[in-house]
Amino acid sequence: MRLPAGSPGARILGVGDYRPVRVMENAELETMVDTNDQWIRERTGIARRHIAAPDETIVDMGAAAGAKAIAAAGLSPVDIDLVLVATCSHADRMPGAAPQVAHRLGIPSPGAYDLNAACSGFSYALAQASDAVRAGSATRVLVVGSEKMSSIVDWTDRGTCILFADGAGAVVVGPSDEPGIGPVVWGSDGSRGDMLTCTGDDPFIRMEGAAVFRWATTSLAPVVREACARAGVEVADLQVVVFHQANARIIDSLVRALKLTDDVVVAHDVVDSGNTSAASMPLALARVLESGQVESGSLCLLLGFGAGLNYAGQVVTVP
Amino acid sequence: MSETEVLAGLADIVNEVTGIPASDVQMDKSFTDDLDVDSLSMVEVVVAAEEKFGVRIPDESVKDLRTVGDAVTYIVKAGVSA
Repeated sequence: MRLPAGSPGARILGVGDYRPVRVMENAELETMVDTNDQWIRERTGIARRHIAAPDETIVDMGAAAGAKAIAAAGLSPVDIDLVLVATCSHADRMPGAAPQVAHRLGIPSPGAYDLNAACSGFSYALAQASDAVRAGSATRVLVVGSEKMSSIVDWTDRGTCILFADGAGAVVVGPSDEPGIGPVVWGSDGSRGDMLTCTGDDPFIRMEGAAVFRWATTSLAPVVREACARAGVEVADLQVVVFHQANARIIDSLVRALKLTDDVVVAHDVVDSGNTSAASMPLALARVLESGQVESGSLCLLLGFGAGLNYAGQVVTVP
Repeated sequence: MSETEVLAGLADIVNEVTGIPASDVQMDKSFTDDLDVDSLSMVEVVVAAEEKFGVRIPDESVKDLRTVGDAVTYIVKAGVSA
């Protein structure tokens, strides 16, 4: 038996995003549930979010973000040989979104599958893409996070409907001589699966917000430290951090716990985009790159966390 | 640890987390109604209190801590049994 040579490293070659046209301001939520702009901003940092059109799908949004990522990488759809879609809100059990996204983009017969690790999904998919490139199972991977959380939110539940939103982000992962995607640190705690659910018996997201907040603010800083240690970098070397955009207060708490200094660029896309689950990190990364605050090659920490409970994080260099 | 000591320590924590003057943190005060401590700040107070007083305050007990007095009593009792 023979094995492919693979690649010494893998890196992110390009990033793309898609944000639905419709913007829902906090004021609009005031007309739907007992809440107000100040209450939402104080507890979540969210000011507005994008909501998909009724007929807009995970595939539509994922393909739009994917097309931009492929273009940003300077590649063509024919160059892609594996497509991963991280999502927890795809409407169909079959077919998966990934083959449909690939078909929509004109990617000929790639390996294609969906991955559901809820809000951590993007970091899980990125790790699989990196490993596939390094092992030689694929050469260029399109990794998409695409979510239509508005379709699984109970719009009468003020604890959740103010948080979740829609959109898609994507990256292309390809081979490199120097590693541009560090080792993943991932884990789970299924004993606390009931903290955040959307089950077969109930079509809507249910969340014990305070308990999830407590877990996120007390358990995740060590994951970041381990991801840095395994990549051989210091936390103090990080120039950019893109945490899952669940809540600005979780982000700020992690920044304090990790003692990140003011010169570190901390993604706060949650303010304008809400919590888009598996789409939040590539969306936030795209926004950071757009802002021009970050140079190519900067060290960036990605950290996803959420329902499962599960988490995954890795150090990457930005394209 | 006495109730007075726990109250003083807890008042410092509430002040640190929320900016509310420590002197406002009195036994009969409700965290939400009187002190305007929201549910997420309450989590931060509880986590800091666990560390400061060396006690465990599980998620299911947090919702029973309506007043400052409830929390002080809980911490004193938990401290004795710890």
